[in-house]
Amino acid sequence: MSSRDRILAKLNAAPVLPKAVPDIASWYATHRFEETTAEKVARFRGCIEFAHAEVYAVTQATWPQKLCEVLNTKQIEKLLVAPATPHGQRATEVLTETGITFRAYDQSIEAWREEMFHDVPASLTGARGAIAETGTLVLWPDADEPRLMSLLPPVHIVLIDVNTIHNTFYEMMQSEGWSGSLPTNALLISGPSKTADIQVTLAYGAHGPKELIVLLMGEAS
Amino acid sequence: MSDHALSFMPSEGFRARSKEVVENPFLRKSFRGAMDFLINKRVTQFPSAEELETLRTLGEQIRQYNLANLPSLLVQLEDSLTRNGIKVHWAETPDEANAIILGICQAHSAKLMVKGKSMVSEEIELNHACEAAGIEAMESDMGEYIVQLAGEKPSHIIMPAIHKTKEEIATLFHEKVEGVDYTDNVDELIQIGRRVLREKFLVADIGLSGVNFAVAETGTLCLVENEGNGRLSTTAPPVHIAITGIEKIVEKLDHVPPLLSLLTRSATGQNISTYFNMISGPRKADEKDGPTEMHLVLLDNGRTQAYADEELRKTLQCIRCGACMNHCPVYTRVGGHAYGTTYPGPIGKIISPHMLGLEATKTMATASTLCGACGEVCPVKIPIPELLMRLREESFSEPHANPAMRGQGAGYSRLITMVWQGWALVYRSPMLYGTYSWLASRFNWLTPSNQGPWTTVRVPLKPAPKRLRDLLKDKS
Ligand code: SF4
Repeated sequence: MSSRDRILAKLNAAPVLPKAVPDIASWYATHRFEETTAEKVARFRGCIEFAHAEVYAVTQATWPQKLCEVLNTKQIEKLLVAPATPHGQRATEVLTETGITFRAYDQSIEAWREEMFHDVPASLTGARGAIAETGTLVLWPDADEPRLMSLLPPVHIVLIDVNTIHNTFYEMMQSEGWSGSLPTNALLISGPSKTADIQVTLAYGAHGPKELIVLLMGEAS
Repeated sequence: MSDHALSFMPSEGFRARSKEVVENPFLRKSFRGAMDFLINKRVTQFPSAEELETLRTLGEQIRQYNLANLPSLLVQLEDSLTRNGIKVHWAETPDEANAIILGICQAHSAKLMVKGKSMVSEEIELNHACEAAGIEAMESDMGEYIVQLAGEKPSHIIMPAIHKTKEEIATLFHEKVEGVDYTDNVDELIQIGRRVLREKFLVADIGLSGVNFAVAETGTLCLVENEGNGRLSTTAPPVHIAITGIEKIVEKLDHVPPLLSLLTRSATGQNISTYFNMISGPRKADEKDGPTEMHLVLLDNGRTQAYADEELRKTLQCIRCGACMNHCPVYTRVGGHAYGTTYPGPIGKIISPHMLGLEATKTMATASTLCGACGEVCPVKIPIPELLMRLREESFSEPHANPAMRGQGAGYSRLITMVWQGWALVYRSPMLYGTYSWLASRFNWLTPSNQGPWTTVRVPLKPAPKRLRDLLKDKS
């Protein structure tokens, strides 16, 4: 018998009383309420700002300009972009005019590991959606916009459409049918990387981005 | 490798180790301070008592439902993970788990493993096994990194280095990390850790992580963290190995949001952690990063023993939030190291006997005042005080056939049992009790003034010269 078989045999031998299927839907129905987009935006913003993210209200037309402004204020000279995404494409066009260089994530990490680990000060990614309840960005990295983009650069800039904000994590995975379509890596990000491991003193930029900047697209400015 | 089981002698040293902490005002202050901080943060996360109560009930139902279906869910998880390209391994013992992990490392000629936070890897003492095999195992969670650098063990499951002051850490970094000047600025210390560990992430051959929830229907491993080291450990190296106890499984993806909410709010008083990382497979052919190979090790190590008993099974509902420790008056005073086990505090007291046997843990369940705080805050409603009573029973009752636990009766003493039986007899019979109390009050001058540890800080216990019943009689 293998370890697998022995473990399963022991578990199967246990007399187990059946338990009812948990009714998660009705808990959410009675404890979390539908909100208007404006209310969700306000809640999302309040939470993620509390977690130390910088949030800027932008529109479809103004976000590239805000992006440049942010990069200039922070004196960032190079931005990592995903050129195959619409926002990555747009960013490259705008950056070319301003003189800020951009680096495209267009080859596998093995080809440029050193540079990615040491020499990429900032990145721009999109987000699939957000969660108002907890001030959370939801990213589904893929071939065009890989996992490490939102992790290694010290500054991570995220573009998010306010119409994709959901009330709760539960609502989002239900309405989008996540259980049948998860990517290799799905991420919830709710602020810059942080730790309180030394004497419960909060410090940012533990291993991931020190700064998280959210361009909130569609919010009335 | 089997000798590392011997290093666990929790019951032996508990007294001595806890004395050390109790007599160290510095440590007492840092534990008290940190626990108060966590207690207050948790409270602010649950403003509505009704919401907390109903959510805890839901959490309990979710965990109990999944445990009730555990064997079939494990098979389903294995199928889903295999479909997703993740190789599943099963281990009954720590040695077996270590052998599996070392086998994977050796197949890749690995020299360096970076580790995200994983209590199960502490449970199997993976770092020792790696060292013995010539593989460097590097902790990357800041707290774990500090503890490893100091050659110590975590003292709290969520905050591993809670027993150290920033000055101690400053000295540690100055002495152990090359080219680092003394600084006790917390931001600077964290940046030093970041720099050192990023170089390790750059070149590591293997990334190791724990698992907070494993979703059977989708074949997804979920990780909760704030630092990003968990994400790095599972993304940067070419091979990712995850290890988890067999109980951390849920059937449906929609079981995750309530448990996640309970976990982060109970643990650190955050409405959510900075990162929630859901991994459902290695890098696909067209993807540009992520590990190209993934493994999951499912560990038993005594969990099947807890599973076999309807009451003890509740131990496995645990989502490792640490709230029971934060609220435990014993833990707060003696700290995490006193227990001598991987999992300290109330959860440690109820889970360790299954892992190590009652022989080595027979008195652990007695290190409790039974105040009930742990059971009250547990987000999945584990009746910890009841389980502590049950474990005392298992430890100290006369050894019998077909025991529910390994080491049942390890603390049995015929004399003590007889004393208690006599006590029960006296206290059940009005006549015997009357005679006994009459004698005690008349001969109270016979009670010794030195009553061992009791009288080192208190006045001696002495029966009153007149019993309550005598006083009442005098009155009427
Ligand atoms: S026993 Fe309950 S309170 Fe303690 S760590 Fe586990 S889930 Fe948290």
